[in-house]
Amino acid sequence: MIKFDRFELRNGLRVLVHQDISTPMAVVNVLYDVGARDEDISKTGFAHLFEHLMFGGSVNIPEYDEPLQRAGGENNAYTTNDLTNYYCQLPAENLETAFWLESDRMLSLAFSEKSLDVQRKVVCEEFREHYINKPYGNAWHLMRELAYSVHPYRWMTIGKELSHIETAKLGDVKAFFQKHYTPSNAILVVAGNVYTDHVRSLAEKWFEDIPPGQRYQRNLPAEPEQRSARRKEVRSKVPLDAFYKSWHMASRLDPRYYTADLITDMLGGGGSSRLYQVLVKEKKLFSNIDCYHFGSHDAGLIAVEGKLVRGVDLEVAEAAVDAELAILTEQGVQEKELIKVKNKTESVMAFEDMSVMSRAGSLAYYEWLGDAQWMNTELERYQAVSVEDIRKESSAIFREENSNTLYYRTDNTAMDVAEETEETDTDD
Amino acid sequence: MWRKKPKRLTLMINRKTQPDFKDAVDFNLELKPYRLFTLDNGVPVYAYHAGAEEVMQLELLFDAGSWYEGKDMVAGATNFLLKNGTTSRSAYQINEHFDFHGAYLNRNCYSETSSLMLHCLTKHLGELLPVMKEVISDSNFPQPELDIYRQNMKQRLEVSEKKCDFIASRMIDVHLYGDRHPYGRYSKASIYDALEREEIVDFHDRFYRNGHCKIFVAGLLPSDLESQLNRAFGQFPFRKESIPRSFIEKQPSPEKHHRIMNDPQGVQGAIRIARPFPGRHHPDFHAAQVLNTLFGGFFGSRLMSNIREDKGYTYGIYSFLQNHLEGSAWMVSTEAGREVCEATIQEVYKEMKTLREEPVDQAELLLVKNYMMGSILGDLDGPFHVIGRWKNIILNGMDESYFYEGLRTIKQVQAGELMELARKYLLPEEFHELVVI
Repeated sequence: MIKFDRFELRNGLRVLVHQDISTPMAVVNVLYDVGARDEDISKTGFAHLFEHLMFGGSVNIPEYDEPLQRAGGENNAYTTNDLTNYYCQLPAENLETAFWLESDRMLSLAFSEKSLDVQRKVVCEEFREHYINKPYGNAWHLMRELAYSVHPYRWMTIGKELSHIETAKLGDVKAFFQKHYTPSNAILVVAGNVYTDHVRSLAEKWFEDIPPGQRYQRNLPAEPEQRSARRKEVRSKVPLDAFYKSWHMASRLDPRYYTADLITDMLGGGGSSRLYQVLVKEKKLFSNIDCYHFGSHDAGLIAVEGKLVRGVDLEVAEAAVDAELAILTEQGVQEKELIKVKNKTESVMAFEDMSVMSRAGSLAYYEWLGDAQWMNTELERYQAVSVEDIRKESSAIFREENSNTLYYRTDNTAMDVAEETEETDTDD
Repeated sequence: MWRKKPKRLTLMINRKTQPDFKDAVDFNLELKPYRLFTLDNGVPVYAYHAGAEEVMQLELLFDAGSWYEGKDMVAGATNFLLKNGTTSRSAYQINEHFDFHGAYLNRNCYSETSSLMLHCLTKHLGELLPVMKEVISDSNFPQPELDIYRQNMKQRLEVSEKKCDFIASRMIDVHLYGDRHPYGRYSKASIYDALEREEIVDFHDRFYRNGHCKIFVAGLLPSDLESQLNRAFGQFPFRKESIPRSFIEKQPSPEKHHRIMNDPQGVQGAIRIARPFPGRHHPDFHAAQVLNTLFGGFFGSRLMSNIREDKGYTYGIYSFLQNHLEGSAWMVSTEAGREVCEATIQEVYKEMKTLREEPVDQAELLLVKNYMMGSILGDLDGPFHVIGRWKNIILNGMDESYFYEGLRTIKQVQAGELMELARKYLLPEEFHELVVI
């Protein structure tokens, strides 16, 4: 049971406080309700680029990192398709430094050309390091474009293409800040060796005079139901054929989400999971295989991904995956297997909750989802999933017409990183 | 009433200046002690009981690293295949048992040691220990498991070898230590092909079943931990003393300047710049840690500020001291844009020169010291981190004075000493320099 206090400032900033006096540290976590899904299709990768710019100086403070380090603190941040999260940890006695820094960059940034110029390059290197200069690095770029026709999950957080980042303008940066980086679009969590009264007075002192801004009204196009299978093949200079297949699943707030999450654990989580045991160990078709989903807020994707044992045909591998999924949808699961994946979920949550930083992040995340209190009832939602739910939901998800298949073929004559060879979309 | 107070406060705030803070160098940090007991067969158990969640980790650490193998990769293969079958359970049954309890049994092979690590909910320990015992006593390394391992590791290696950072990390160690030294040896398809089941069975018998084992355990521990561990591991005929490591000579490459073209279409280069460094026992070690932090050891370092935050050549650049037991290396590591690799290397040397020629100013030094203290303070958060620190100290044959000496150095070291140290170690001609595209 994670305890916390919650209050709201007059400008709409929600504040949560979680006390743990066993640590000498404090964690300050600021979540902004903006992610890559809020980007313009011609300016993708912007939410993430912006996250970098949040460290390039704010209106009154030339540099974010230095004063934090001087106070013995460390920080990091990340951007997803849904949200942007900033967190720092420092000795609890120096908590006010974090308030000073975080409130100033919520108030306004310095908007320096130099910072934009440098971070554009840094992010382009990040793009190259993770998505271009790496075998299979663009697979999810291709899969997203295949699986989504209108929803902005069509592109990855890093962006559709380098040019979007290279051409980002300071004017875009300012507009983005004004639209999304406001108290009413943010959640502040303070955790560790802290007291609510003290946090409240610090929050009022540093954050309450920041203008509330407009609450951003999200209005994203819903992805229409997929009615026919989509397939794509690429050839690339990779050593092994790889197989990717995804299916649409329910959104994060849908009760069916929990069922889908447990299904991925049965199929691809660990040495006793179905796909690993049958396809890697028994049939020796794949050298590795995994099943996962992204936990995205809007309707997301379940994916199976694996590299083939050399000499195995992609068609044969796909048929074997489909056969395993058919066993699940037709025969369902035994209670014991369901208990296994629920036990795993319980254990993962307990390990996650060990660190104060992770607890602070979770509180911000659940508050963003709807209510921080859900952090304490999450396990019950998993426990409520039945054998029948698994059968029903797996049948609903693993339909061929709901699927997107990517064959990533090895081709040592290919010059480009991933040359498209064929795309079939029989969608009407 | 309530509402007025914050308003007055807001009028008073000064957003230009950092609020008062306590210098982290003034904190008194404590490495809380472990409890030591021995099992009936003399196995030492280092236990640290703490935490808020009902979870624990248990690590069996054997003198079974690659240092002890007679043929390449035998130690790694033995370690990996430990949980792939015993005389009474298949690999699947072993995995199923741990998975069912939401537990993780991981294994890792290092140069000197080899580890079997359990993470579990404390309430399940009793169910898991007998199977952990079994993989040490009765692993039988079925031939089909070895064949699958061989095939899949070869395929994985093939993918890794396409990555410039993988090749760079491998080759810088070869240049520093030679490819026959455990720190420089690396996997090849031909080595996987040459693995024989009998060698693995034999290695397991000598270095696990009859080897030398230390146990590190942390978290919220059960009250009968001692008897539980004794039942599981107290009867093995383990060796009381550590197994001596044979002397293996390091053979650094005489040529220090290396360029490798791994992927002609690559858009980035992986850069490694490294020199030998004596290791943790050397009197310079603690001060070198401070100098390293200033140089490239954290986000505010000279390298990061210049090469990422000023020039934008890279997503990140770091320097660090390798953590080996028998002598280590001081290394700079980054991936940079292909066309700026050489410029990046010149900037690294420029930063070395500055450290050799100009004493760091007081404000920057204090920042580094505060950062380091805060980082240690944060890192001591949680039982797994505490036992991790102790393990490092114990494996290096040291005691808590090492930890406190490190703190004392951070608090007291002066700019002049750091400049002397830079003059001694940060000399470009002593560094191996490697770029892999």
